Amino acid sequence: MTPAGTVARPRQWQRFSLPERIMRSAFYLLVIIAVVWSLRTIEIIPEFLYDAPQQTGDLFARMWPIDWSWYPKVVHRALMETLHTATLGTILAVILAGLVSLMVARNITRSVVLNAVGRFILVATRSVHTMVWALFFVALFGPGALAGLLAIAVHSIGFTGKFLAEAIEEAKPGPIEALVAAGASPLAILIKGYWPQVKPAFLAIATFRWDINVRESAVLGLVGGGGLGMALDTALNNLYWDQVGLVLVVIFAVVIVTEIVTAWIRNRII
Amino acid sequence: MSALPHGQPPRVAFPPNWPARLGMVVLVLYVAYASTILDLTWNRFVVGLQQGGKFLARMFPPDFAHDKVSLLLIGMTESLQIAIVATVIGIFLSLPLGLAAARNLAPRPLAWTARALIAVFRSLHPIIVAILFVKAVGFGALAGILALIVASLGFLSKLVAESVEEMSMKPVEAVRATGSRLLSVITMSVLPQVIPRFIGFAAYQLDSNLRNSALVGIVGGGGIGATLFTAFQRFDYDFVLTIVLAIIAIVMVGEIVSGWMRRMFQ
Amino acid sequence: MSVTASASTQPPDAPKHATSLVINKLRKEYRAGQPVLHDVSLTIEGRGLTAIIGPSGTGKSTLIRCINRLVEPTSGEILFRGQDIVRLNRPELRAARRHMGMIFQEYNLVERLSVIENVLCGRLGYVPAWRAWLRWFPPSDIERAFQLLEAVGLADFATQRADQLSGGQRQRVGIARALMQEPQLVLADEPTSSLDPKTSVEIMELIASRAAERNIPAIVNMHNVELARRFADRIVGMAKGAIVFDGPPHTLKDSHLLEIYGGEGWLE
Repeated sequence: MTPAGTVARPRQWQRFSLPERIMRSAFYLLVIIAVVWSLRTIEIIPEFLYDAPQQTGDLFARMWPIDWSWYPKVVHRALMETLHTATLGTILAVILAGLVSLMVARNITRSVVLNAVGRFILVATRSVHTMVWALFFVALFGPGALAGLLAIAVHSIGFTGKFLAEAIEEAKPGPIEALVAAGASPLAILIKGYWPQVKPAFLAIATFRWDINVRESAVLGLVGGGGLGMALDTALNNLYWDQVGLVLVVIFAVVIVTEIVTAWIRNRII
Repeated sequence: MSALPHGQPPRVAFPPNWPARLGMVVLVLYVAYASTILDLTWNRFVVGLQQGGKFLARMFPPDFAHDKVSLLLIGMTESLQIAIVATVIGIFLSLPLGLAAARNLAPRPLAWTARALIAVFRSLHPIIVAILFVKAVGFGALAGILALIVASLGFLSKLVAESVEEMSMKPVEAVRATGSRLLSVITMSVLPQVIPRFIGFAAYQLDSNLRNSALVGIVGGGGIGATLFTAFQRFDYDFVLTIVLAIIAIVMVGEIVSGWMRRMFQ
Repeated sequence: MSVTASASTQPPDAPKHATSLVINKLRKEYRAGQPVLHDVSLTIEGRGLTAIIGPSGTGKSTLIRCINRLVEPTSGEILFRGQDIVRLNRPELRAARRHMGMIFQEYNLVERLSVIENVLCGRLGYVPAWRAWLRWFPPSDIERAFQLLEAVGLADFATQRADQLSGGQRQRVGIARALMQEPQLVLADEPTSSLDPKTSVEIMELIASRAAERNIPAIVNMHNVELARRFADRIVGMAKGAIVFDGPPHTLKDSHLLEIYGGEGWLE
C-alpha cells in the first residue's frame, strides 16, 4: 500500500467509516443474539401451533351467528358507559394536565424545582399503562366505571400534559410582553395572552387523546373498569362466543366511528 | 374579565362569544348527566380515598423476598422476549406492508387491500387481539408475540405508507430510467428517503411493545402481566409495587436503548 | 474501458453513422382526443448532439420521456437496437432502458445517498437488489464510478451526501450516473434549465464532449436557443406537438424561430 495521500488502484469505497461499521455490526450482532435468545427460551408448544388454523376457524364458527339480542339487554348500556368513561376521563385528564403543564412550562413557572416535579408527574403517569392504573383503582374503589375513569384520566395526564407544556413554551413572547407592559394581572395574562395562542393545540391534543381513550376504555372492563370490557369478560367467562362476537363488532364499530368523528373535528375546528 | 375600560362608546369591541358560552353550559350539563349515568358519587370517592391509605400502607415496603424476585425475573424475562421478537418481526413485516399500502408505488387494488388490513390492525386493541390469539394458539408467550406483532404492524405500516406517499418521486423516476427492477428501485431510491424517519418510529414501537408486553399477560398472553394480575387478585400489594417498579425500570431502559438506536442510524 | 484516456478509440460494437433511434408516428394523449404529440417521426443518427427546442408545454419533455417510456406512448413505434420500445414487456423494457442514460432537469438524485452511491445507481440494472442493499458493487464498477467522477470534476466529493452539492455539481453527478450505464444513447430533459448561464455552458460542454468521446448520440431538450446553436450538431424545433424545423444549427433562421415560438417582439 502506498502512504496516505496517493491513490491506490483499484480504489476501495465503503459506505461507512471503520468505527461506524464496528458500531453497526455490534448493534446487528446484539439484535441477532437477543432474538435467538428470545426464540430459544420462549415456550412455544408445537401441538398448539399445529391446530391453530383449526382453532381459529372454530373460534369464528362459534361467533357466528352473532347474538344480536344481547345488545339491548346488556351491551348498549356497556357501550354508553364506555363512551362516558372515555369522555369524562378525557375532560378530567385535560383539567389535571392543564395544571401540571403550567407547572412544567418554563416560561410560566420560573422554578427549576417545580419544573422537575411537574416533569416527574408526567413521566410517572405515562409509563404505567392504563390497564395497570385500572387495577390500582379497582383495588381502591371497587370494580366499576369510577375506577376506569380515574385510570383513563391519570394515564392521560402524561401524554396530554407533555404536549400542552410544549405548546405553552412555543407561545410567542410578543403578545405576553405587551400585556405585561400594560400592567395586566397574571390571570389576565394567562387568559388573554397564552390561551388564544395555545387553544388550537389544546383542542387538537384533547380530541386526539379522546380517540385513544375510547379504545382504551373499551377494554378496561377486563380488569374491572366497567363498560364494554366488562361485557366481554362476562361473555368470555361463560364461553358464549356469539356474545363475544357481538362485543367485538361493537368495539370495532365504535373505534371506526370515533376515528371518523375526530378526523371531522380536526378538519372543522383546527 | 373586568379589564375593559368603562364608559366606552356603544360599539362593542368584544362581542360575547355565544357559541363558546353555550358550549361551556352544554359541557357542564353533560358532565353532570354522565356522572349520574356512571353512578359516580362523592361518597364512593371518599370511601375509596380512605381505603387508599390502607392500600398504600400495604404496598410499602415493596416485597423483595427471594421466591417473589425469582417469580418477577421469570415474568420480566418473558415480557422482554415477547417485546423483542414482536418488534423485530413487526419491523420486517411492516416495510413490505407499508410499501404495498403506498398509493404512489403500489397498484390500486393492492394499495387498498393493504390499507384496509392496516385499518383493521389499528382499530383492534392489543388486548383484544391477544384474547383471540390465546384462543387460537393457546396460552403463553406465542399469543402475546402475535398480538404485539399485529399492533406493531398497524402502527409502523401506516407511518411507512405515509412517508412513502410524502417522498419525492424524482429519484424514483431516475432510478427507474436506468432499467433497474422494482426491488432495486425500492432499495436505492425509496428506502434512503424513508428509513431515517422509519428508525424513529421503530424505536418508539420498541418502547410501546415493552409497555404492552406487560399487558398481554392479563388475558393469558404470557409475560409479567399474568404475574401482576395474580398478585392483584391475591391482594399481594407489596409484590404489586415490586412488579410495577420493575416495569417502569425496564420501560426506561428501553427508552435509553431506543434513543441510542435513533442516534446511531440517523 | 477507461473514460479519460481513450477519447479517440471507438467501441467496436458502435458502427459510425449508423442509425441509432427511429421514432415513427409517435402519438401521446394524456386525455383521449387531445394529443400532446401529433404523430411525431424522427430519426437519430449514430452520433452527434440533437437539440430539441420549443416553447414550454409543446411536448418536448413528453417526447423524450416516451423514448424510455417514463411516459407511455399512446401509439406509434420507437425502434432502438432492433426492437420496438413501445411493444416491449416490463423485463424487456428494463433491459432496453439500461442502454439509455437519462439526465434530468432537477438532477433527480437520491439526496440522502452519497455522490458515489448516486453514480452507482447507474449500475442497478446489472447488480442484484440484495447486493445493492449491502452496497456490495463489483470492484470494477466502483473503479469506473471513481473515473467518471474524475471525468466530471467531482473526484473529491465521492463520499459527500448529494444534498450538500450545488446545482451544477449535482447535474455533474446526474451525468456521471447516466454515463455509468455505458449507454448507447443519452437523453437529457432540460438539463440546464435550473442552472445559471455559466454553469449551463459548462454542463452542455460536458454532455457534448462525453457523448462525442464515446461516439454515442445525445438528445437534449432545451429552452435556450443560443446554447442549442453552440453545442448541437442538429436542431429540431417543435411547436404544438409537431416538428416544424429540422436541420443543422446554421440553417436555423429567425423565421424558423418565429414559427417555433410565435410572436416577434422577443427576437429584438
